Amino acid sequence: MDGIHDLGGMAGFGPVDQEQNEPVFHEPWQATTFALLMATLGSLQSANADEYRHSIERMDPAHYLRAHYYERMLTGVATLLVEKGVVERTDLEQRAGAAFPLSNPVAEDPMADLAPQPKARFAIGDRVRVRDIHPSGHTRAPRFVRGKTGIVLHVAPAFSFPDASAHAGALRQEHTYHVEFPSRALWSDAGADNESVVVDLWDSYLEASEA
Amino acid sequence: MTKQRPEHATPEARAAALEGALTDQGLIPDGLLESAIEMATEEWSPRNGARVVARAWCDPAYRSRLLSDATAACNELGYAGLQGEYIVALEDTPERHNVIVCTQCSCTAWPVLGLPPDWYKSPQYRARVVREPRKVLRQLGLELDPAVAIRVWETSAETRYMVLPLRPAGTSDWSEEALATLVTRESLIGTAIPDLGTGPNANV
Repeated sequence: MDGIHDLGGMAGFGPVDQEQNEPVFHEPWQATTFALLMATLGSLQSANADEYRHSIERMDPAHYLRAHYYERMLTGVATLLVEKGVVERTDLEQRAGAAFPLSNPVAEDPMADLAPQPKARFAIGDRVRVRDIHPSGHTRAPRFVRGKTGIVLHVAPAFSFPDASAHAGALRQEHTYHVEFPSRALWSDAGADNESVVVDLWDSYLEASEA
Repeated sequence: MTKQRPEHATPEARAAALEGALTDQGLIPDGLLESAIEMATEEWSPRNGARVVARAWCDPAYRSRLLSDATAACNELGYAGLQGEYIVALEDTPERHNVIVCTQCSCTAWPVLGLPPDWYKSPQYRARVVREPRKVLRQLGLELDPAVAIRVWETSAETRYMVLPLRPAGTSDWSEEALATLVTRESLIGTAIPDLGTGPNANV
């Protein structure tokens, strides 16, 4: 989905605020939330990592930006467990003593029409273009590279295709490629000559590019 | 940074509610939450990545293994597991600097970098570093020579990256252990470079 989570290249954000000697968790509820995610993906077997990422992407955009990382994690995990019938929202709200915000529902027909690519179609040095897809569900092709052309630097092993596995689609394994895009190809005049971005992209997202 | 909407329960109350709802149904095995927290706070750490880098600086054969198969090279030192299934090490050179981001969430190589810090997960870093990396690095205190090229690595799929920085000048007689103290989480991400002013590692 073309959601708030897909932040690469957006303007208007201020300085990066770096805390010295930052602890792993700032507050105990953050550690609890992380552990509940591990339980949900692990022993509870209630969701996979792609469903989990998408549960956060489906948050109300204003809430997403306002929330701390671990509040986003908490919202996503709770959403999945409610959607899968493991816990009930009314019970959670009773226990919490006030509203428990959850993410928006999964869109209908969430996947772009991308044919499975079980074999690696590209090799190091190939020119590839990222398909200009706009699925309403989960995807890991960031907006800032769609329609752009880059060069394959590395072929990685095959991994589960997230657009399918986030939506209980037929599991399919596809290679990913580290594709380098010159800064000018992405940002035009706002880019720079000796900068580039390398994006890790599944085979289905790509098509061969001649020049 | 977090502003609470008055009608929402606090995140603390919500986390407790979810934990209670799962525990009361007997869905959380004894000790599971504690062991997950222990992994995150004790096992996964940038100290691990620092040892990998220091070994690579001292042992050319290890360096070569790290650059050809970082997953195996990290595993040699005992660093493996969740979010470390396919690790790639990015070699800095005098001509090119590498820096890592995950613009869409906050993926990181947990076994060698630890869980990522808040600044790495912030919208500011995620939005800006792919577009104006030199400016972001400068703001974070790293001024690169304009002739040095920058490659920004977006963690959009399953590869997890770590930067192999340049060994600082003036450390030829340093032990591997001492060298590891120069390598911070920030230098493994690429927003800092190890120098004789950075150690001992303050971010552990």
